[in-house]
Amino acid sequence: MTASVQLEQVEKSFVNGDTTTQVLKAVDFQAFAGQILFLIGPSGCGKTTLLSILCGTLSADAGTIGVLGERLDELGEPHLTRFRARRVGFIFQSFNLIPTLTLAQNVAVPLIILRRPAREAHDRARELLDKVGLGAKTAEYPSRLSGGQQQRVAIARALVHEPDLLICDEPTSALDSKTGHHVMELLRDSAADRSRTVIIVTHDHRIYGYADRMAEMEDGRIGRVLANRGEIAAAHNL
Amino acid sequence: MLFGAKGKYLMLVSGIAFATILMIQGMALFCGLLSFSYATLDNIRSPIWVTDPIVAQVADNQPLRDTDISRVRSVPGVAWAAPLFVGSAQARVIEHSLAKQVSVVGLDATTFMGAPTELVAGRIEDLRAPDSVILDERGTTLLSSDHRRPLMVGDEFEMNDRTARVVGICKATAALGGGSYVFTTYDRAVQYSPGQRKMLSFILVIPDRGTPVTSVTAAIEEATGLRARTEDQFRMSTVLWTLENSPIPLVVGLIVGVGFLVGTVISGQTFYTFVAENTRYLGALKAMGTENQTLVRMILAQAGSVGLVGYGVGIGVISLVFFIIPPGRAPLLLLWPVPLVALGAVLLICLFSAMLAVRNVVRLEPAIVFRG
Repeated sequence: MTASVQLEQVEKSFVNGDTTTQVLKAVDFQAFAGQILFLIGPSGCGKTTLLSILCGTLSADAGTIGVLGERLDELGEPHLTRFRARRVGFIFQSFNLIPTLTLAQNVAVPLIILRRPAREAHDRARELLDKVGLGAKTAEYPSRLSGGQQQRVAIARALVHEPDLLICDEPTSALDSKTGHHVMELLRDSAADRSRTVIIVTHDHRIYGYADRMAEMEDGRIGRVLANRGEIAAAHNL
Repeated sequence: MLFGAKGKYLMLVSGIAFATILMIQGMALFCGLLSFSYATLDNIRSPIWVTDPIVAQVADNQPLRDTDISRVRSVPGVAWAAPLFVGSAQARVIEHSLAKQVSVVGLDATTFMGAPTELVAGRIEDLRAPDSVILDERGTTLLSSDHRRPLMVGDEFEMNDRTARVVGICKATAALGGGSYVFTTYDRAVQYSPGQRKMLSFILVIPDRGTPVTSVTAAIEEATGLRARTEDQFRMSTVLWTLENSPIPLVVGLIVGVGFLVGTVISGQTFYTFVAENTRYLGALKAMGTENQTLVRMILAQAGSVGLVGYGVGIGVISLVFFIIPPGRAPLLLLWPVPLVALGAVLLICLFSAMLAVRNVVRLEPAIVFRG
């Protein structure tokens, strides 16, 4: 199986005054289309930095970054911006739904960024909201929804432009167990749909059962990689 | 985003509206005060004004010799030349002790050149009657002993211990200082004003029909050595003199400057805060692939539309104020370039405020959305 995300010897340091902190140390990493990959590890181990680099929002100091057939380490800022707009969907820990836009307008944002006609964008947004069970609330504002409903809107927004890579940062940490499972089912469906690559950074043990592959990070390095559900279940007593 | 943040939106609109009001009021005051400086030229209409060569503006009092009028009349191209006296006098209602400063205008009794163009009562010809004067509307209340009953045709008052009887009332632009204009014949005006050796203030000239005004002014200057200006030239030299020698530009400049500063500070700070508070959403938009140019256009569009709404509110309020104030009561003159200049200043404020915000948005790292 060919990896849709392939990082080799990736390094990243941050300079703060006189102090330089190496956050990623010669990281090798792979993710595959149609699978959900969990990136786990203690706080400060470099998960978020790795996530930022592999989706093209942060540049690495060294190493090669191959994502969906593109070498992100060789692309300039304008190309990276277009790459993210076309091929990556984002789900954030705190949802980041724009409070002054309706649900339909929020979900349509990625299509508007791609300069699709407004009518088409809003029709597609309503379709996606319907799919996540919020078709009756398209004209509502995010502040009137529960956390679980907001995250479902965020999922609809992340999928509306049919990206090949879905990046999820702690998608269930703000949700109760039942809602978290509902969100994960939506994400599992989205991975199966179009053979999408889904990468999830999480601390939430409750959802480990949804992972097809798991990479554990520690101190800026990828440690153990659990390559299938069996290994994951055994390692985490699921 | 901004339109949904009602508090900030209202704050911005109010700040810009307030700045618009201050700037337009300041500029209208400036134009109004300047128009007061050349009020005599608005009230006494003549195509050509002849003065002593050293006279720079219409309020300068450098009398000519009585013989100068004959010299001017002899210049080719001059159809009519009439003497004009402009001076000041203390006027008081007979039974009342409080004296008021007025401008006395003495017209040629034959031609009445320079007579008021708009009479609301009486006739110019009535100035030929003894002790007769035409008073402007402001003077009717200014010189009245009872403000509820303005002076009317037939009423009398005193100037330089001589009786003046009102035979007409006219409209006139207020002069700097707010005094009123009293029109009478040249000979009578000389008696109303404190005596001087020479009393001829100006010579008013009408050129021959078909002769260009500027060629007549040049001919008068060449033949007599006096200064001859068209009405527009005299108005402009009066304006320039006022700008150079009065504190008006500085005082009004401060008002306009404060308006500009208030608008800039309020809108700049509000916009900056708005962007700071929305960093996570802007970061999310950047992460999702929004180009910097799009975000910049978004901010400029919001700043521009807020500016136009604030400007609209401001101009509406100031128009209402100007509508309520009776004409001539305040030195406010709203010329057409004033709102345009204010609009330019408002757009400049918005551009400055937007640029403060744009700087932060452009420098914003999209990866910020993944940081707790």
